[in-house]
Amino acid sequence: MKNIFEPEWEGFTQGKWCGSVNVRDFIQKNFTPYDGDESFLTGPTEATKKLWAKVCDLSEQERAAGGVLDMDTKIISTITSHDAGYLEKDLEQIVGIQTDKPFKRSLQPFGGIRMAQAACEQYGYKVDDSVVDLFTRYRKTHNQGVFDAYTPEMRKARHAAIITGLPDAYGRGRIIGDYRRIALYGVDKLIEDKKHQIDTSLVRMTSKNIQLREELAEQVRALGELKSLGKIYGCDISRPAKNAKEAIQWLYFGYLAAVKEQNGAAMSLGRTSTFVDIYIKRDLDKGLITEQQAQEYIDHFIMKLRIVKFARTPEYNSLFSGDPTWITESIGGVSVDGVPMVTKTSFRYINTLNNLGPAPEPNMTILWSTRLPINFKRFCAKMSIKSSAIQYENDDMMRVTHGDDYAIACCVSSMVVGKEMQFFGARANLAKCLLYAINGGVDERLGIQVGPKYRPVEGEYLDYDDVMQKYDDMMEWLAGLYVNTLNVIHYMHDKYSYERLQMALHDRDVKRYFATGIAGLSVVADSLSAIKYAKVKVIRKDIEIKDKNGEVIDVAKNVVVDYKVEGDFPKYGNNDDRVDKLATDLVRTFMDKIRKHHTYRDGVPTMSILTITSNVVYGKKTGNTPDGRKMGVPLAPGANPMHGRDTHGAAASLASVAKLPFKHAQDGISNTFTVIPDALGKDQVFVGDIDIESISKELGTYGNDE
Amino acid sequence: MNGYIHSTESFGTVDGPGVRFVVFMQGCPMRCLYCHNPDTWAAGRGEQRSAQSLIDEYMSLKEFLKNGGITVTGGEPLLQMDFVTELFTLAKQHGIHTCIDTSGITFDPNDTAKLDKLLPLTDLFMLDIKHIDPERHKALTGQDNKNILAFAKYLAKNNKEMWIRHVLVPNVTDDEYYLHKLGEFIGGLKTLKALDVLPYHTMAKAKYESLGIPYPLGDIPPATKEQASKARDIIMKGIYDRLSSKKLT
Repeated sequence: MKNIFEPEWEGFTQGKWCGSVNVRDFIQKNFTPYDGDESFLTGPTEATKKLWAKVCDLSEQERAAGGVLDMDTKIISTITSHDAGYLEKDLEQIVGIQTDKPFKRSLQPFGGIRMAQAACEQYGYKVDDSVVDLFTRYRKTHNQGVFDAYTPEMRKARHAAIITGLPDAYGRGRIIGDYRRIALYGVDKLIEDKKHQIDTSLVRMTSKNIQLREELAEQVRALGELKSLGKIYGCDISRPAKNAKEAIQWLYFGYLAAVKEQNGAAMSLGRTSTFVDIYIKRDLDKGLITEQQAQEYIDHFIMKLRIVKFARTPEYNSLFSGDPTWITESIGGVSVDGVPMVTKTSFRYINTLNNLGPAPEPNMTILWSTRLPINFKRFCAKMSIKSSAIQYENDDMMRVTHGDDYAIACCVSSMVVGKEMQFFGARANLAKCLLYAINGGVDERLGIQVGPKYRPVEGEYLDYDDVMQKYDDMMEWLAGLYVNTLNVIHYMHDKYSYERLQMALHDRDVKRYFATGIAGLSVVADSLSAIKYAKVKVIRKDIEIKDKNGEVIDVAKNVVVDYKVEGDFPKYGNNDDRVDKLATDLVRTFMDKIRKHHTYRDGVPTMSILTITSNVVYGKKTGNTPDGRKMGVPLAPGANPMHGRDTHGAAASLASVAKLPFKHAQDGISNTFTVIPDALGKDQVFVGDIDIESISKELGTYGNDE
Repeated sequence: MNGYIHSTESFGTVDGPGVRFVVFMQGCPMRCLYCHNPDTWAAGRGEQRSAQSLIDEYMSLKEFLKNGGITVTGGEPLLQMDFVTELFTLAKQHGIHTCIDTSGITFDPNDTAKLDKLLPLTDLFMLDIKHIDPERHKALTGQDNKNILAFAKYLAKNNKEMWIRHVLVPNVTDDEYYLHKLGEFIGGLKTLKALDVLPYHTMAKAKYESLGIPYPLGDIPPATKEQASKARDIIMKGIYDRLSSKKLT
């Protein structure tokens, strides 16, 4: 990139960022920390109120229409597929929607045409025959590719749901484009940079190098389309943004292009508030805008994010408990040299929860550090109480791994913006794996042989050492199958549904995390604890194996289907090392097994413990477990203790979770924690400070003995 | 020595300042009609634990308890005064803030030797005064309140900070006359630091049912925040009146 100081950068402190794409350097050289309180914030403008009323009205109509207001059935969504669309053009400071009409869901068949059809049919729409024809006869999808390559074993494991939620029929998401680059550099500079990357890429044509060259070419093409998207809305984004409004608008065009191209499981935004603050502050200092205008820009931007919608199937919605878009925005955190990165715009983002009311999206996530300014902490706490819409993550822990320009994708996946990405890998069900160990690979619900036919447990009672040995073998099998299944998925996703625009907003040589996940941690920990510290009797039964039509085709003999626990045992969630150690060992053991396997594109394997919604579905597909949990009962979300088993209060419960090793679960550990406000202490009415001495002084009786 | 412990709570937010580790001790001589921990009445039951094991448990949670400390409650913790003394001795070695939530019922003005050892180890007392009138106190708790009031004065005399707690039960402890009297009494406690009026709730009903004990307060409704707040104002007035009366004339 040519080292020219662009006219749009006037007033910014120069640095490395001027000569190469380096947003972090720009932020560090230019941001202004703010440690004051929220008193400077302003309410919504008339335009904001009107626009939001319109959104509320459309939401109402959408509900009344059964969940979807309108759907594209013919136009395939691309970056430039639609004309401009508006809520109310004259009022909007920040423009751009996914289709030509707000609340109209776009058609995205590249992940899988059947998924797109099912989503339409669910709401009474029908994908146009020509599109179906195109995507079945002429253009293969990600979904088709995956099923072409799956082995019978993979299909079976998927069917029995020991590995589940796999992104093999929907977009994997979890990739965060560095949308800030568009504002800072303009698209032309980014294209110039990408072309330079192509010119300096390896020319020895191995499949790896060919793939890279093809992808970079796609990225350049996507950036060209991104410029066209700007033009559709009358903006020239080929050059850098010259003021705050443009900076937000440019950045948003990048995000909009991403969601026009990808219906990903999580389409997160990144870490934009402090970046945007630099532009707002420059405009405010120059007297170009008022605080009210600054807030209006942010309000309108956030409003746009709130109306991002995808066409999804009922199965998808049940897996994710609704229709989340996971537009996670990471706010705050501390720089590596110890300066809190809270700015006034961090406040302005959160203030949208006041101005527009609470909403789950965008998913405002505070990168929490003990060193954040106290006023900001107070404001966050206050807004949490008011809106219940703020997520918190541990910056002090993640900063060590990722530095100070990382963001969260989805709910917990951390990655350095523009430099790291991840291959999302859903979850392996470790609770079910334990049952497979007990039954020698026979599924406890279906009766079919899914896992390898190892020797099942014998006798009336479970023996801890015997079960652990068998469990270890079964996990070994599961880890291998799981990683290989994901290898297929990500190969095909890159091939048929490549995130070219989002990857265009990354460096060429990105670090790829190969994310895996586990479900059922607390069920397994408690089950092992029951086997170790109490006595667990097995109950066996024959299971009829049925075909698709419900006809019995075989009988599985003597399958362990239930357990009787005799005596008490320590339960995970009570800060009791006897069982907590079983949980931490399990995390490390399974992660180590994952690490043994080849990963697609040399992805760095990571693991998450985070099912915060799909634990319900997984529970339905998991039989009775040795801890006394019954078939169908939801697994605990994420790393949570099983419901009602943590009996020593919140800190003990949190302490158990906090023992889980982050280095073996680097893709994140989530703990869903609900508390009624009264349990957090008393309000002032009931505990009031009293000082007898000062009352006496006030009354003029101090020192008068009785 | 071991103590008889009913249970521990790792995230106590209503039993003293900050987030606290709360130890529920087993055994209580009172039978307050509104008691919400009837499962702690019987003495000599519960889990036997050493003071060191409780301190270990505290230390494993200390990140969560930075601004708090340890509170012993129950039951009546002072029934096991030797154990509490041992526990607090260890706590003080670790610089942990200590608090005792007590009814004061075990106090004997003629035998304070053991208590005098415990006082310097205790940062805060939370004293529950159930009723200021001796007769009504007896009806409510099965015990006289003479030694309880004496205990409050003893704490004040020994410069021990205290919070006074009073549970507001509609029709039982909400008589304005007695609330004012209570204020007049505690206005004389120079180390009083807070007044906590707790609205009576009925959440313990299920516990009584599971223990097979008839619920003593029957259908008395829970007190509202407003009632509790009003009661607190009356007690505060009693405190002011007491202090004004000291004016030299």
